[in-house]
Amino acid sequence: MAKQLLMGNEAIALGAIRAGVDVVSGYPGTPSTEVLETIAKHRPERTYIEWSINEKAGMEVAAGAAYAGARALVTMKQVGLNVASDPLMSLAYIGVKGALVVLVADDPGPISSQTEQDTRHFAQFAHLPVFDPTSPEEAYELIGEAFRYSEQYHTPVIFRPTTQICHACASIEVVDEIDGHAIEGFIKDMKWVIFPKLSYQNHLRILQQERVLAEDFAAFPYNRLGGSRSAVRGIISSGVSTAYVNEVLAMTGDPVRTLSIATPHPFPAKLALDFLEGLTDVLAVEELDPVLEEELLKLCGRYHLPVNIHGKLTDEMNLAGANHFENVRAAIDAFCGRSAAADALSAAPAGLPPLPVRPPVLCAGCPHRGSFYSVKAAMQRAKLPAVFTGDIGCYTLGNAKPLDMVDTCLCMGADITMAQGLQRAESGRKHIAFIGDSTFFHTGIPGIINAVYNGTDITVMILDNSTTAMTGHQPHPGTGHTMMGGVTEKVHIDKVLAGCNVKCIKHANPLRLEESIAAVTEAVAYPGVSVVIFEAPCIALFKAEPPLRVAAEKCIGCRRCINEIGCPAISLTTEGKAVIDENLCYGCDLCSQLCPVQAIGGVQK
Amino acid sequence: MKMDCLLAGVGGQGTVLASRLIAQTAMSKGFTAHTSETIGMAQRGGSVISQVRLGHAACAPAIPLGAADLIIGFEPAEALRNLAYLKADGALLVSRNPIRPVTSSLGQGYALDEILAYLAQAAPRCVFIDGEALCREAGSGKVLNVVVLGVAAAEGLLPFSKDELLTTMLAHVPAKFVELNKQAFAVGFDHRKYEAEDGGAK
Repeated sequence: MAKQLLMGNEAIALGAIRAGVDVVSGYPGTPSTEVLETIAKHRPERTYIEWSINEKAGMEVAAGAAYAGARALVTMKQVGLNVASDPLMSLAYIGVKGALVVLVADDPGPISSQTEQDTRHFAQFAHLPVFDPTSPEEAYELIGEAFRYSEQYHTPVIFRPTTQICHACASIEVVDEIDGHAIEGFIKDMKWVIFPKLSYQNHLRILQQERVLAEDFAAFPYNRLGGSRSAVRGIISSGVSTAYVNEVLAMTGDPVRTLSIATPHPFPAKLALDFLEGLTDVLAVEELDPVLEEELLKLCGRYHLPVNIHGKLTDEMNLAGANHFENVRAAIDAFCGRSAAADALSAAPAGLPPLPVRPPVLCAGCPHRGSFYSVKAAMQRAKLPAVFTGDIGCYTLGNAKPLDMVDTCLCMGADITMAQGLQRAESGRKHIAFIGDSTFFHTGIPGIINAVYNGTDITVMILDNSTTAMTGHQPHPGTGHTMMGGVTEKVHIDKVLAGCNVKCIKHANPLRLEESIAAVTEAVAYPGVSVVIFEAPCIALFKAEPPLRVAAEKCIGCRRCINEIGCPAISLTTEGKAVIDENLCYGCDLCSQLCPVQAIGGVQK
Repeated sequence: MKMDCLLAGVGGQGTVLASRLIAQTAMSKGFTAHTSETIGMAQRGGSVISQVRLGHAACAPAIPLGAADLIIGFEPAEALRNLAYLKADGALLVSRNPIRPVTSSLGQGYALDEILAYLAQAAPRCVFIDGEALCREAGSGKVLNVVVLGVAAAEGLLPFSKDELLTTMLAHVPAKFVELNKQAFAVGFDHRKYEAEDGGAK
């Protein structure tokens, strides 16, 4: 078959299809999302695919399938693994019958995440093997190895690409054959029931298995020993860092020995000892935690090797953030005793004019803008001091000025529960939580129950835009359709709330300001748990309404439309009049409701 | 043939499609292609870049500083933000119409004239276009990504012929937008005709 331009995540997806994956579950999260979406797009006949409500549910769905002998894949981003860590830790002990590949995408930078946690450490913690591809091309092959190892060793395995692998594209030759197999079915056995005595035995078993895997991985062809055998300096690397090391070495021609590690855990010690033999110094080039560096230090300690290990622990590599050509080049230059290369350029040339800061913002027409603004306006009118707890999603962007409506953001679902703690500590202020529809289903509901059960006086704003917007518009239980495309029972947010015994539930259209302000005012005044469900679809779900236009002769240049809601479609002309970019305007009409002189209206043709 | 090309713009301008089309065209000519794009939160109106690396057997996803043969700036401030990636003898193609961020409207300002002046002297070859006018000519404000490909083809900034780029483009845009994109490409290709009076290119 011809070569295709594939994103790393697409390559992983096609590799999983080729490996005969039967069941795929997951929760969207950048940079992992496209893996599941691509499998769904190709819809292999044998494969069931779902977006689960959260990572824990996804992990357990996949585990169940693997207990029955299926080849299962569950996908998530690194912080999603925190949610799914409860089943994962036990699964490591119990093991699986078919295959269970846990795809966890790490996000060095971070580009789109709350933390820079390193899933290789999670693999060490859970005593599970982890695969770490160096390129999209390699990811396509390596995901198949992950399935093979999982099935062969009856263990879940972690597959851990990073942002620069997930979202990079390469030309890849795709193989059409699918490695089909029969699913035997679940066989009843005490080994599937975790009990303390079994856990002790399994603990010993998986530690033993770790040693066997380390031996096995020493001969794993994707762990690559290269460069000069006579060198005294060596470079160990993994993931995308290997690509940067190779590119730098191709330029400098440094006579070093190299070791690229595709299986950071269990660490292939035997291969690493071969690498270390005769070296005096080694530089570890890796993103996030010094995992390879620490493994080498352990080996040097155990075998009394006279090798200096350089890296993050010696402040010779960046401690946090992503690697790129420049920092890897600088580290290798220093490691090889060169002063910084003459051709290394500074990132900011001299005399550069000031550049506008351009942070991400809520889209023009985004209904969240109306939700945030109406809460802000209601609290200002009532002169009530309030704390606004936020959550993970597009609506985290409500923190930007001029809205400035996100005082806290921690993790999925935390807005509702954090508001309760804040309320206990400081009952003189109002505590208002903001959560999106998909996040509500993910981990919001237990927080509602906690608030009702404990009788906390908070108000929860549910921003229901009928999709999981930030990650690219995935369906969720409230949308009435699934990833397989079928129509399904809608789970109604208001009925869930009513079932949790929330007594004050208001509905509002966030693009109708006065209606929204009234709903917020009533809900906040209610003593106890109250909720406003703001219902308006994400702009990506419908065609734009005709754009609005500012009548320049009426505009008094008061800037209210800019200073109050910060819509990216509105800017000022050199004459100080507001002007609307008709390519960005979605016709949401929020700005016209704010204009004191009715200068903003529909297009006159 | 080896070529590194960086596309800089604002989330929503379609840099991803443009970089994919460049990569696909290279592949159709038998070259290897690697790309890397900003995906995620920054797509919501933030600064985004797409990087295309052609003809490397294996390479890292990101272009080193000072290594890009071409920077296509979908927006002047974003072109300037990434100027350090341009080779000393690299070329610039920049749409001179600013997209003013909310921070700018809230008082931070936008030094458009200084930015354009800096860009004009920053590279031996700098092609400015009036992207807004060309899009208007093409019939939609949302086709700047295909317009710039037309311009790049006309100016010989990419190692492909007009037909090679056009063929890939038509194979990869959704059927209902084929006519619009054909028109956008044609307007881009003939941009000098539409911009004759203001001497947009130098």
